[in-house]
Amino acid sequence: MTNEVLTPNAHDVAHGHHDDHHDDHAHHHDAGPMKVYGFWIYILSDLFLFASIFATFAVLHDSYAGGVTGKDIFELPYVAVETAALLLSSITYGFAMIGMYKGNKSQVLTWLVITWLFGFSFIAMEVNEFHHLITEGHGPDKSAFLSAFFTLVGTHGLHVTFGLIWMATMIFQVSSRGIDATIRTRLQCLSLFWHFLDVVWICVFTIVYLNGVL
Amino acid sequence: MFGKLTLDAIPYHEPILIGTFSVAAIMGFCLLAAITYYGKWKYLWTEWLTTVDHKKIGIMYIVVALLMLVRGFADAIMMRTQLMLAHGDHPGFLPPHHYDQIFSAHGVIMILFMAMPLMVGLMNIVVPLQIGARDVAFPFLNSVSFWLFAVGVVLINLSLFVGEFARTGWLAYPPLSEIGYSPDVGVDYWIWSIQIAGIGTLLTGINFFVTIMKLRAPGMTLMKMPAFIWSILCTNILIIAAFPVLTVTIALLTLDRYFGMHFFTNDFGGNQMMYVNLIWVWGHPEVYILVLPAFGIFSEVVSAYSHKKLFGYVSLVWATAVITILSFIVWLHHFFTMGAGGNVNAFFGIATMIISIPTGLKIFNWLFTMYRGRIVFSPSIVWTIGFLVVFTIGGMTGVLLAVPGADFVLHNSLFLIAHFHNVIIGGVVFGYLAGFAYWFPKAFGFTLNEKLGKAAAYCWIIGFFLAFVPLYILGFMGMTRRLNHYDNPDWQPLLIVAFIGAVVIFAGIAFQFLQLFVSFRDRKQNEDVTGDPWNARTLEWSVSSPPPFYNFAVIPTVHSLDAFWEMKKDGTAHQRPAKYNDIHMPRNSGVGVYVGAFSFLFGFALIWHIWWLVAVGVLATIIAVIVRSFDQDTDYYVPAAEVERIENLYYEKLAKHQEKNHD
Repeated sequence: MTNEVLTPNAHDVAHGHHDDHHDDHAHHHDAGPMKVYGFWIYILSDLFLFASIFATFAVLHDSYAGGVTGKDIFELPYVAVETAALLLSSITYGFAMIGMYKGNKSQVLTWLVITWLFGFSFIAMEVNEFHHLITEGHGPDKSAFLSAFFTLVGTHGLHVTFGLIWMATMIFQVSSRGIDATIRTRLQCLSLFWHFLDVVWICVFTIVYLNGVL
Repeated sequence: MFGKLTLDAIPYHEPILIGTFSVAAIMGFCLLAAITYYGKWKYLWTEWLTTVDHKKIGIMYIVVALLMLVRGFADAIMMRTQLMLAHGDHPGFLPPHHYDQIFSAHGVIMILFMAMPLMVGLMNIVVPLQIGARDVAFPFLNSVSFWLFAVGVVLINLSLFVGEFARTGWLAYPPLSEIGYSPDVGVDYWIWSIQIAGIGTLLTGINFFVTIMKLRAPGMTLMKMPAFIWSILCTNILIIAAFPVLTVTIALLTLDRYFGMHFFTNDFGGNQMMYVNLIWVWGHPEVYILVLPAFGIFSEVVSAYSHKKLFGYVSLVWATAVITILSFIVWLHHFFTMGAGGNVNAFFGIATMIISIPTGLKIFNWLFTMYRGRIVFSPSIVWTIGFLVVFTIGGMTGVLLAVPGADFVLHNSLFLIAHFHNVIIGGVVFGYLAGFAYWFPKAFGFTLNEKLGKAAAYCWIIGFFLAFVPLYILGFMGMTRRLNHYDNPDWQPLLIVAFIGAVVIFAGIAFQFLQLFVSFRDRKQNEDVTGDPWNARTLEWSVSSPPPFYNFAVIPTVHSLDAFWEMKKDGTAHQRPAKYNDIHMPRNSGVGVYVGAFSFLFGFALIWHIWWLVAVGVLATIIAVIVRSFDQDTDYYVPAAEVERIENLYYEKLAKHQEKNHD
């Protein structure tokens, strides 16, 4: 979604290779690494965002206000399946990336679709869990603990949802445009994003669910 | 259909607001009419609103910042007038309901919509030029950032005429800001104007961090970066680390207000102190986000106008880095009195005092740079000397407040108000205005009138002391902040002096605008032909003023800290290259404007609970970004011949100028 200003010299500094092309048409797609670098920095800021919400959850994790506790409402087997879906989607995204490096368009598309389905199942299961809790009378307005729980898990879910919108766009673009340098950069950024969400989920699973039940 | 929005939201029964609205409407109408009359809409759209050029985006930021300076100052002088009058039986002219909105808006506007954009604007104009780059790392993202920021400005000012603003103070502490105690839309305006503008700021932070890390000219190692670049780098690190915390804090308050959650409520297990902690985990670094760039500007200004190398560059860089880190471990000093206990208070008190060491070190860096320098007494230097005096006093009262025992006496008194205005006006405002005067010719191609610039600086300095020294004394006399009315007759004389101080500051602002007007009128005489009006030291002065849109025809190679100074000394400055190459540049894009417009709908709809419009805003924003991702025609090449033509114009001017000087 960005374009950047390229200069032969800046390139050499940024990427450590020399090129005596006077015209930078030839390596005009070297902007990719800078975008990936920028995306890393975005991930870093997102990490601060999640850290703040985790801290909030840590403060409020036992503010039940006389209502339910984690033990009462978490169903570990259900969450385990959810977790498996998300972790598997990371592996399948990896396969899509292997396809990308090989320049194999159909492999990329196949694995992206599979990844998308895993991601979608994860979100569907999470929405179902939330729906179930709210209809049972354990909505986020019932206690500070539930507010923090819904917000932490929901923020992660919102990120995954945006990842799914992005991935759907990428599936469309790969199938219509093929794999060019721009697409490659975008897939790399999405890869970072997707694996990052996996890491965050592992923390959610450990701190919210396991800690809440055990 | 329109949620909570009804005709009652228009405050037609408040004469002050009707007056303000009429003036704003008439001025706005005249502006629009003038643009139409002169047929400038297309120019405005293609050259400015859709631009991805960092210099133009920077100018737009500064224009907005100066407008907001006027708005914030109008709030300030209304408060001073109220307090001058509202003694004993006299109720003053502002009812509490209105007065509380004014002090809340004053704080938010001055920090987030005046100081921040002035800083971001200067950073936009200067950073790429100073590091020898052609633009920022992500020019389109830069445009999006600007428009998200603009949405915040529009929303907060809209609250004047549609509905009302928060009556909670600038940081909207719960439980007062919770729905039970503030059921109207005031806090929602506060929430969405800051939230949307804050996301813009975060994107700016990422953008400039990458720009500085990746786009420096060959040879410019980290320790050869100008001091201003160092301060901006550290500022952006702070933005990247602190602004997500603000996003979360405000989002949690939003969830409390919109979905009945219990993060900060009194009941159901909510924890109000968590809000105070979180908001200051952002809020304290925010202070350094504002003041570090000002320190960077002073470093450039003293060195350029003293015609000397910056004294102790390495120590100054380390001091900047140390402040960056320490700024994250002092937040609790904003609420010593709120029950953290003696040991915790002691830790944060000591950490706070330690910050004064690297800051004090910088003061000596600047003093020793000026010592035995051939100082040109420009307005920027007047600002700098004013800063050195004013800021040092503010720093000392800060160290006093860092002692928890003293803070228990002075907390929330006017002493505190005087202290932070002392450092923010003396440090931040003086710094940015010094930078404004210093870099103005670079952005516009002519220098500013020096007499009026100095008049502005002296008015600000004198006005500052008149306005705020009384507040220090009033603080000791027990006057607390945010008072609308008082009964103690001893306070009134001092409040009258403070009002006079505000009037003198008003004269300073008026001189500033008069200076712009006069300098624009005389722009032919004041033209900056060489691009280096101050005989300065860094790369931005090596190109014409204003610089060509691609900044550098050939990217310079850097060998030392004061790169351009060295080039001038060894005669390599302004040399024509053997040949020019095609230059790769980004195309302008209207998508930033659209994203801004849709975010505005989104924010406005949320404030008034117009849910269908919220959905439209979100979907339209996502679709705009996706559509943009399909656009493959986002860049182009400037042919070498065109570059040569533009550069030759500059060299001709330069040659004529040198001839004239030789005669």
